[in-house]
Amino acid sequence: MIEYWNPQIERMPVDELETLQEQKLKNLVSYVYNHSPFYRERFDEAGVKPEDIKSLKDLTKLPFTYKKDLRDTYPTGMFCVPNKQLARFHVSSGTTGKPTVVGYTKNDIYEWSTSLGRALTSINVGRDDVVQICYGYGLFTGGLGMHYGAEEVGATVLPIGTGSTEKQLELMQDLSTTVIACTPSYMLYMSEVAKESGVDFVKDTGLRVGILGAEPWTEEMRKRIEAATGIKAYDIFGTSELSGPLFTECTYQDGIHIWADQFLVEIIDPDTGEPLPEGERGELVITTLAKEALPLIRYRIGDYTVLNKEPCKCGRTHPRIMRVSGRVDDMLIVRGINVFPGQVESVLMKIPEVGEHFMIIVDRVNELDTMKVQIEMTDEAFSDKVNDIMTLEKRVSDALKNVLNISVKVELVEHGSLPRSMGKSKKVIDNRKL
Amino acid sequence: MDDNLIKQISLFAENKPGRLANIASKFKEASINIRAFTIAEAGDFGIIRMVVDNPDNAHRVLHDAGFTVSETDVLGIEMEDVPGQLATIADLLGEHDVNIDYAYAFVTRTEKAFLIVRVSDVEKAVKILVDGGINLLSMNDVQSI
Repeated sequence: MIEYWNPQIERMPVDELETLQEQKLKNLVSYVYNHSPFYRERFDEAGVKPEDIKSLKDLTKLPFTYKKDLRDTYPTGMFCVPNKQLARFHVSSGTTGKPTVVGYTKNDIYEWSTSLGRALTSINVGRDDVVQICYGYGLFTGGLGMHYGAEEVGATVLPIGTGSTEKQLELMQDLSTTVIACTPSYMLYMSEVAKESGVDFVKDTGLRVGILGAEPWTEEMRKRIEAATGIKAYDIFGTSELSGPLFTECTYQDGIHIWADQFLVEIIDPDTGEPLPEGERGELVITTLAKEALPLIRYRIGDYTVLNKEPCKCGRTHPRIMRVSGRVDDMLIVRGINVFPGQVESVLMKIPEVGEHFMIIVDRVNELDTMKVQIEMTDEAFSDKVNDIMTLEKRVSDALKNVLNISVKVELVEHGSLPRSMGKSKKVIDNRKL
Repeated sequence: MDDNLIKQISLFAENKPGRLANIASKFKEASINIRAFTIAEAGDFGIIRMVVDNPDNAHRVLHDAGFTVSETDVLGIEMEDVPGQLATIADLLGEHDVNIDYAYAFVTRTEKAFLIVRVSDVEKAVKILVDGGINLLSMNDVQSI
C-alpha cells in the first residue's frame, strides 16, 4: 500500500506551498481577466486589475462570486474557454433554482481525478480495492467524479449508481466490494435493508471503508454507521460548482484535506464578508487555482466550517476544513433563533433509544413558529408502558431545548414511517407561509 | 413459574386512522385469535396490548410487517365474577409492595373474570398470589379459553 499519491506535493513545506499558490493565483487572475468577459466586468466594477494582485494577501481585493452568478450567466457565460475545448459538462439538479452548468477541459478532469486520487490514497484505498459507487451517474458529479478518482488509484470500480438496494447488497457480496461510496443516509438505509434480509455487513461482506458525503452529517452519525456496519466511515467534500467530490479526510478522521496547490481556502463571516481568523467557524470560500474551463474566484460555497492549518499526523501539509456543520441556506430561523439540522442530528444521535432517521417540521400557528421533530425509536428501546415512552419524548425534547434554546415538540412515530433516502435526504419540512 | 405467566404482545402505533385495521388484517391472514385487547392512548401514539392464542407467531407477523413490537410477561389472574374480588387481589399485591403498572380485564363464558396485570416484580407477585390461593392463567389456559 502506498502512503502518498504525490508525496512531493502532499508533504511540501507550507512556505513552498504558499509560494506556489501565489504564483498560481497571479496567473489565474490575469487568465480569467483575459478570457472571461464576466470576470473582467466584475474586476473592473471592483476597481481591481490583475497587476494589483502581487501576493496572497491581496486575495481579499478580489470580489466574491456566487451561485447566483452561475445562474445569471446560464449556461456558459462565465466560462474561460470555447465549447470545443471542453471535455465534459455536468449540470446541477436545479432543486433550489435554475440549474448551474459546469464545464471541464481534459486537464480539468485530470486535476479532479488527481485530487480524489490523493484523497483515496490517504484513506488506504488503492489497487487492491473494489469500489462500489452508489452516487448518481450522469449529470450529477458524484458518480463520475468518484469513478475517475477510483480509477486513478487503480482500484476496480463497480459503477452501480443509486437505487436497487437488494442488488447493491448482492453484488457487494458476490464481487467482494471493499469500499462503498454513497450518502450517509443511503448507507443507513442499506444497513437497514441488509438487516431485514439477513445480510450481516461484518460477516458476509468484505466492506471496510465507506466514503460518505453529498449531504451534511455529524460525528455522532459516523459513530452509529461505523457501529452498525463495521466499516471506517470517511467524510468526503465537494460541490458541483467546483467539480464535484474532491477531498476526503485521511485515516486520522480529523478534518478534510484541501489540496492547496489546487485550491485556496478562506473562512469568512457570512454577514460581513470579512475573513475570519483560523479556528473560527464561518462560511467557506474557495478559489480554484488549477481549473481552466470554469475557474472560480472567491466562490461563496455556503457551507459553515472551520479552517485548521495545524500539521496533520498523516504528514500532509495541506490545510484541513473541519466537519461541515451545515449550509448557510439550510439554516432555519425559528422564533428568531438559528437552527441547523446538523445540530438536531447531533443531539438525537447521542440518545441510544432514538433511531437514525428524523424529520424536522416547522410551522406557524397563531403567528408563532413551532418546531416539531419526529423520531423513530429503536426496537430495543420500546417499552409497553406509556409512561416510559412519554419520558423518552420528554428527554429528547429537553436535550434539544438545551442545545437549540427553543422548545421542540418531539413526536415518536412508527418504525419505517420516516422517509428513507437513496440520495440526499430531506430532513426539514417548513410549512410556514412567509 | 413460567406456567403462571402469560405472554402479552405489545405494539407501538401512531394514533391515526387505519392503523388498527392494518394490524387486524395481519392477524386475520395469520389466523391469530385475540383473547384480550386494550389500547393505551397517549396523544399522538398508542400502545396496543393484547393476549393472543399464539404470541410467538403474532410477534413474528407484526415484526415482519415493520411494527415495533415486544413480548412482555404478564399475569392472568382468575377471579370469581362477584363483588370484592378485585379488592382482594389489589390488597394482596399492595401489602407486599408490588406495584401494578397497568391492568385490564375480561369476562369469559364460564362465569369467570380474568385480570391481566403487568407488575413491578413479577416473580414476587406470582408467589404472593399463589400463596394466597389465587389461580393464575397459564399459556395453555389462554389457548383453550
